[in-house]
Amino acid sequence: MSANNPSDLPVVSDRLAKNALRNVSERLIEGLLLCAAAVSVLTTLGIVYVLVSESFHFFQNVSIVDFLTDTQWTPLFDDAHFGITVLVSGTVVSSFVALAVAIPMGTVIAIYLSEFANSKVREVAKPILELLGGIPTIVFGYFALLVVTPLLQIILPELPGFSLLSAGLVMGIMIVPYIASLSEDAMRAVPMSLREGAYAMGSTRLYTALHVVVPAAFSGLAASYILGISRAVGETMILAVAAGMQPNLTWNPMEPAATITSYIVQVALGDLPHGSIGYQTIFAAGLTLLLITLVFNILGQWLRAKFRENY
Amino acid sequence: MQPLTTEQIRAVIARGKLRDTIFKALGIFCLALALLVIVALIADMAIKGSERFTLDFFLNFASRRATQAGILSAWVGSLLVMLVTALAAVPLGVAAGLYLEEYAKRNWLTHIIEVNISNLAAVPSIVYGLLALGIFVYQFGFGQSILSAGLTLALLILPIIIVSTREAIRAIPAMIREGSMAVGATRWQTCRYHIIPYAMPGILTGVIIGLARAIGETAPIITIGALTFIAFLPPAPFTGEPPAGLFDWVFAPFTVMPIQIFNWTSRPDPAFEINAAAAGFVLMAMVLSMNAVAIYLRYKMRKNIKW
Repeated sequence: MSANNPSDLPVVSDRLAKNALRNVSERLIEGLLLCAAAVSVLTTLGIVYVLVSESFHFFQNVSIVDFLTDTQWTPLFDDAHFGITVLVSGTVVSSFVALAVAIPMGTVIAIYLSEFANSKVREVAKPILELLGGIPTIVFGYFALLVVTPLLQIILPELPGFSLLSAGLVMGIMIVPYIASLSEDAMRAVPMSLREGAYAMGSTRLYTALHVVVPAAFSGLAASYILGISRAVGETMILAVAAGMQPNLTWNPMEPAATITSYIVQVALGDLPHGSIGYQTIFAAGLTLLLITLVFNILGQWLRAKFRENY
Repeated sequence: MQPLTTEQIRAVIARGKLRDTIFKALGIFCLALALLVIVALIADMAIKGSERFTLDFFLNFASRRATQAGILSAWVGSLLVMLVTALAAVPLGVAAGLYLEEYAKRNWLTHIIEVNISNLAAVPSIVYGLLALGIFVYQFGFGQSILSAGLTLALLILPIIIVSTREAIRAIPAMIREGSMAVGATRWQTCRYHIIPYAMPGILTGVIIGLARAIGETAPIITIGALTFIAFLPPAPFTGEPPAGLFDWVFAPFTVMPIQIFNWTSRPDPAFEINAAAAGFVLMAMVLSMNAVAIYLRYKMRKNIKW
């Protein structure tokens, strides 16, 4: 009997018979799964397509030079000005306040959890941070406007009801969990032998943490800061609720001001006809926002590659 | 250099220990501050909103009079949007994760998809709103409907589901696959009968965390132009006249919890503050309980896994 030819073998059961469709259906399923994975690429392409095409119409009416240099943002008035710097200033100031809270606090929590805390503290602290990171931003906005602003007004009586300061502070608290958990991961990845070396030389825990672990984990720390910046720049609801929505070219956190994101919300709440210049401004603003976060992402990847330590 | 005396060495050690203690206190202070914010937030909303926690609040529509306003259309809207989001994001996310872990070859296409997913996770959520406004609302003509909102949030949480699916699949040891293939299973049969069931708890955790994120998202839904004042309910899902009527509900206008809170928070009348607090508390309760389930599932999983 020539066992080399499968068709000569006795068929034990129908289920074991050679199924011609088997390879076809395997191929088909693989194709379907690939399509699902490709949805993410399509999403990116869709984002770029929508933002660029609508902005293209916008820039046919408004010159790029005006867009970048004008110091007024009054797109819906008769005397329309389109100076994006007005919105960018709000975004920069609020992000700066947020990061001034989030980076020190996040880093301290990360160092504490990775170098000082025992496993019990860590098991309690990590879910708490996770819960903090899961709170909806609209609830943070409510908190900033109706709890933090009145509290701040006790210390700073001249603080207006809407301000970049209180929105930024709350935004900082919101970003802490992202920075803390990513930085902690980076520091825990530093091999134990480096710490043991430092301890053997007589270093204290703090000295080891600051002079051995932090430099070794620098690329991870930088990546977490960059993510924090992206979050701050893209945050919307806290600012829309607590920072007011008047365009205001200012570098003073004590003033109310609109940001790129809160401007988009303000326009979307109104009733602008599809295709009008006001409708197109939100896409131009969105494109600016995406470019800013893109620059930071690229910077983050570059920092990561440059300062990566291999053990 | 003079050698240090014993006292001097002791002083150096004491100084180092003091600094350690101070830093430890600082770390605990920062953690306590984070906890304090959560507690203050929940307590503030619970106390301010306490007088609205009646059945009427859940069964009334939005109203011009603060005391009669309720969150019926908001929570129903949130549930329906979540239904669409889950129906779209779970199959897509799991399929994409499965492809990347079990099928994909290490080539440029896979590399592009992976880089792309990690970049998408950093895109601000309002940009997804602009995408949806341009594509779903106008180009596909879905309008400002539950369908547009659900699909937008699905795209938003897709990276979360993909990443957690991949992590869950990666934790399954190779011997499971080898065993399955050794008895003649194809790649898909291995996935269908072994990989997906074993990865299920991990996938579920990711899905819950993703949905908890989606239910609190406000910006993208405002951007597609959801209404803030809705005094009627969309038709109940899958109850209309078949076949066309079955999907009436996905094209209905809607509002969701976060938008209702935003609307009440931004009104000057302080009576609406109470409503905002009560609705915020309900939203927080939804989000936190979803997160708690996810954290519990993950904890349980870590304890139970013995390959």
